[in-house]
Amino acid sequence: MARSQGRKLERKKLMGDPILVMGILLIMAFLLLFIVYPLWTVTAQSFSQSETETLNEVKAAGEWFVHAAETLPEAAAGHFRTLGVSTGEFHRLYNRYRRNNAEDVVRARAALKEALLRVDGGAVETFAAALKLPPEEIRSRVETVREAEVTLGRPAFSMDAYVTLFRRGSFQKTVHNTILLGFITGLIATLIGFVFAYVDMYTKTAFSPMFRVISVLPIVSPPFVLSLSAIMLFGRRGLITRQLLGIMDANINGLHGIVLVQVLTFFPVCYLMLKGLLLNIEPSLEESARDMGASRWKVFTTVTLPLLLPGIGNAFLVTFIEAVADFANPQMIGGDFRTLAEMIYNEYALQGDPRVPAAMSVFMLLMTIVLFTMEKYWLERKSVATLSGKASRVRQPITDRSVVIPLVTFCMLVSVFVISMYALIPLGALFQQWGRRFTLVTTHFRKVFDRGLQPFWDSMLLSLIAAFITAFMSMIIAYLVVKRRFPGRSVMEFVTMFAMAVPGTVLGIALLRGYITGIFNSGTMVLAGTGSILVIAFVVRSLPVGTRSGVAALRQIDKSIEESAYDMGADSGKVFTSVTLPLIKDSFISGLVTTFARSITATSAVIFLISPAWRLITPQIMTVVDRGEYSEACAWATMLMAIVYCAIALMNLLLSVFGTSRRQERAERKVWA
Amino acid sequence: MSKVKKGVRLENVSKIYLDPKTKKQFNAVDDISLEIAPGEFVTLLGPSGCGKTTTLRMIAGFESPDAGEIYLGDEPINELTPNRRDTAMVFQSYALFPHINIFDNIAYGLKLRKFSKQVIRDKVFGMMDLVGLTGMENRYTNQLSGGQQQRVALARALVLEPGVLLFDEPLSNLDAKLRVQMRTEIRRIQQQLGITAIYVTHDQSEAMSISDRIILLNRGRIVQIGSPFDIYYHPNSEFVADFIGECSFLKGVIAEQRSGEAVVDVDGRKVSVVCGGEPVTGETREIVLRPEAVRIGDSGLLPCRVELSCFMGSYQNYHVRVGSTLVKVADTCPIGHRVFRVGEEAWISFEKECVHLL
Repeated sequence: MARSQGRKLERKKLMGDPILVMGILLIMAFLLLFIVYPLWTVTAQSFSQSETETLNEVKAAGEWFVHAAETLPEAAAGHFRTLGVSTGEFHRLYNRYRRNNAEDVVRARAALKEALLRVDGGAVETFAAALKLPPEEIRSRVETVREAEVTLGRPAFSMDAYVTLFRRGSFQKTVHNTILLGFITGLIATLIGFVFAYVDMYTKTAFSPMFRVISVLPIVSPPFVLSLSAIMLFGRRGLITRQLLGIMDANINGLHGIVLVQVLTFFPVCYLMLKGLLLNIEPSLEESARDMGASRWKVFTTVTLPLLLPGIGNAFLVTFIEAVADFANPQMIGGDFRTLAEMIYNEYALQGDPRVPAAMSVFMLLMTIVLFTMEKYWLERKSVATLSGKASRVRQPITDRSVVIPLVTFCMLVSVFVISMYALIPLGALFQQWGRRFTLVTTHFRKVFDRGLQPFWDSMLLSLIAAFITAFMSMIIAYLVVKRRFPGRSVMEFVTMFAMAVPGTVLGIALLRGYITGIFNSGTMVLAGTGSILVIAFVVRSLPVGTRSGVAALRQIDKSIEESAYDMGADSGKVFTSVTLPLIKDSFISGLVTTFARSITATSAVIFLISPAWRLITPQIMTVVDRGEYSEACAWATMLMAIVYCAIALMNLLLSVFGTSRRQERAERKVWA
Repeated sequence: MSKVKKGVRLENVSKIYLDPKTKKQFNAVDDISLEIAPGEFVTLLGPSGCGKTTTLRMIAGFESPDAGEIYLGDEPINELTPNRRDTAMVFQSYALFPHINIFDNIAYGLKLRKFSKQVIRDKVFGMMDLVGLTGMENRYTNQLSGGQQQRVALARALVLEPGVLLFDEPLSNLDAKLRVQMRTEIRRIQQQLGITAIYVTHDQSEAMSISDRIILLNRGRIVQIGSPFDIYYHPNSEFVADFIGECSFLKGVIAEQRSGEAVVDVDGRKVSVVCGGEPVTGETREIVLRPEAVRIGDSGLLPCRVELSCFMGSYQNYHVRVGSTLVKVADTCPIGHRVFRVGEEAWISFEKECVHLL
C-alpha cells in the first residue's frame, strides 16, 4: 500500500489553512530572495568568462561610429551617431555596474536595443555609401555591438577567475594566514573559555558577577573596540608601550595583535557554551568516580574531559569560524597580516575584475560551510549524545587551595584586563590627544555632535526595523520547523541555519551583486543604496540566532498544547498568536534585543551596502580610526555602546514585567549565548 | 446538551509509518473498520505500539489515513483539519495553556466560536460546577493539582459540546488512587451528558471499568470487540486472554462433544467445559483458566504440584504445575481454607461454566 492518500490528505489540509500557506510562502520567498539568490549570483559571477574583451570591442565600435558619423550630414549618419552614443553610454554604465556601482544599466541597454533596431539594411547601405566603404564592414561592426548587447550579463562558464586567483602568491599567503589565525584564536579562546567555565561551575568564587559582565561586554560593543583599545595601549603611541615602558617602536599590528583582540572578544562565547554543557553533567558521575578511588585529576581526565570533548571541539570550531569571518579587527590591527575577509574588501574597493572578489567570496564561503557542517552535524550531535538532561543536584565545589588559587587568579587577571580594555574606550574619548596630551576635554564628543547625528538615527532606525522583522520571522520559522509538517520544511530549516555559515563580507558582496540592477538584472527591486538592503542584511545575519533560540524554546513546549488549541477550533494564525507566541515571548523579546545589538554593531556586511543616503555608526568609526583620530573614534564607540546597553536594560525591564521570573533566567542566558 | 451526539465510523482505515531505523514501511494501523454508536463509550485498548493512539489522532484529524475513510455521523471527515472537526480531545499531558487562567482555558474554544460574553460565562461556570472546579476560575494551571488539571482539560473539551469526545490516555499521569476516582467521575459525567466518547488506554482495568465496549488492538489490527464481560470471559485468542487479566492455558484433546459442552482429555483425565462453537473431536485445544476460577484442594479434577504459595491479603496466590503446564490459582479468602506449601501435592478443579475453550 502506498502512502499517497495520507500525503494527499495532508496536502489538502495544508491548503485548507490559507494563513499557514501564506506564512510558509512568504518566508520561503524571503529566504530564496535574500539568501539563496544573492549567493548564487556571486557564485555564477565567479565562474563566468571575463567580459573585458567584449567590453573593449564594444567601446571601440561605439567610438568608431561616433567618429565616422561626425563629418557626415544628419540624414546619412543620424542613426549611427545615436548607435555610437548609446554604445558608449552602455559601455560606460556596464563597466560601472561590473564594479558594483551602476544604477541604470537596464535603461542604457534598452536605449542601445532601440538604436540597433533603427540601423536596418537601408541605413547601412546609405551610411556605407556616404563613407565610401563596403557595407559588410559596417554590418560587422553593428554585429559586434549587437552580440555584445546579448552576451554581456549572460556570460559563459569559465574557471579563469579561480585559476588566476590560485596562481596569485598573495592569495595563497592570505588563505594560509586566515587558517592560521582561525586556528590560533580558536585554540586559545577555547582554552580560556574552558578555564572560566570550569572555575565558574566547580569552585566557589566571589568573581562570578564579573564573569557575567565579561560575557555581556562583547555583545554590547561593536566588534572592533578591542582593536581600538589595543592600539591605544600597545600601539606606537600606546599608554603601556610608550608611556610606561618607554618603547618607541612598539608594534601591535600583525598576527599577535589580531589574536589578542580576537581571543578577548570570542572567549566569552566559549565560556558560555561550555558552561551550558558543564551544567548538564550529572555530578553523581564524577562522585561515583571519586568514590571508586580516582583522584580529582583522574576524575577530570577520565570523566569530565571526555564528556566535554565534543563540546570543546564545538566551541573551537565556532570560534574558528568567527575568527576567520571577522573583518573589522584584521582591518584595524592586522597591519601587513592580511586575511581573506579583508582581502575581499580591498579587492572590491580596487575596482578591478569583479570576478576576483566573487571567486574569493565563494572560496571563503566554502571554507566556512565545511567547518559549519562539521560543527552542526557531527560535533553538536555527539555533544548532545554524551550530555543529556539536567544535572539533578548542585555540585560540591572544589575547595583544594592548590587548585583553586591558581585558576581563580588566572581568571581574575584576564577579567580585569578585559574589563579595563573596554573601560578604556569611554576614557579615551575624554583625553585631548591620546599618546600626546592627556588633558581632559569634551571636544571629541562635541565633534561627534557637530558632524551630525545622522549615523546614529539611521543605525537605530534600521536596526530597530530589522529587530522587529527578525524577532517575528524567527519565531514563525521556529514554530513551522518544530511544530508543523509541510513540504519544504527541511529546506526552510537548512537555509535559515546555513545563513549562520555565511561570513558578513560574503553576504555584503552577494546582496550588492544581486540587487544592484534588481533581481535577475531586470530593473525590478533595485535595492542597492536603499535602507531596505541594510535591513535585509541585518535580518539575514540575525535570523539563524533568533531561530535557534526560538527552536530551543519551542522544543520545551509539549506539542499537544498547540494541538489542543487546534483541536478546539483555532486556525494556524490563531494558534500562533494566542498560544505559541505568548509561551515563547521571552525568546521573542530576547530575539528583538539581540538582533538590535547585533545589527547596530554589525560591520563586515554593511560596509558594502552603505550609501550617502544611509550612513551607519560602525563604518563611520572605521573611517575615523583610519584617519588616526582615536579619541574621536572612542567617543563614537562610547555612544554606540551606551545605546546598546540601554536596549539591553530595557529588555530586562520588559522581561521582568512580562516574563515569569523562572523564564526570565532562561531568556537572559539565551541573550548572552 | 443542546447539540446532537454523533456516531463514528471507520471504514478500512490504514496508516503507514516509516520505521526511522530500518527505513521500512509498516502499518501502524492496518485496515480497521468499526462503528461507534451515538452516546456510546468505547475504549481502544492494546499494548503500546498497537495503533490505538494513531487511530484516535486520525479521528481528531492530527494524522491522515493512508487508506480508508472516517465518518463523523454521516459526514466523511478525511479532508477536514482538526479545527473544523466536531471533536474535542482530552490529552495525556492535559495540554492546558499555562499563560492564561482556568476560566480562559475553558473559554478558549467558546471565544473562537464567537459566543457572547454572557453565554461564555454561563457555560464555563456551569461546566466548572459539573466537573467540580467551582471557584477556581482565576487560578493558573501551575496552581492546580494533577487531578484538578485533569478536570480542567475535561471541562475545556466538554464545554464545546462536541459530537465526539476523545480521550488519549488521560489518566496515565495520575497516581493510582486518583486514577480510580477520576475514571468513575469521567464515566458519571459521560452518562449524565450522554455524549459519545472514545477512550484510549493501555490499562485493562481502566478499560473494563469505564466502557460500554472495548476494542482490543494488536499490531494495528482489531483482535476483538465486545463488552468488558465478553472480552474477559470469552476471549477469542490467546493474546486477548493473556492481555485482559491473568490466565493460564491448559492443553487438551477434544474427546467428545455434546450440545454446548465438550469433554476434553488433559493428560489422560477427562474434564467438561462449556463452549460456544462446534469443536471437532480429536482436535487439540486450550482451556483458558482465570486464576479466580480455579480451586485448589485435596481432591479435584487434575493433580498438581505447588511451586509457589504466597499470601496476598485478599487471596492466596499459587503457581501449580499440572503435567508440564503452569497454572495460576487465586484462592480467595484463604483464612477459611487449607494453605498448601511449596512442594506439596494437590488437586485443582473448576466449574465447567467458568472456563473457556480456545
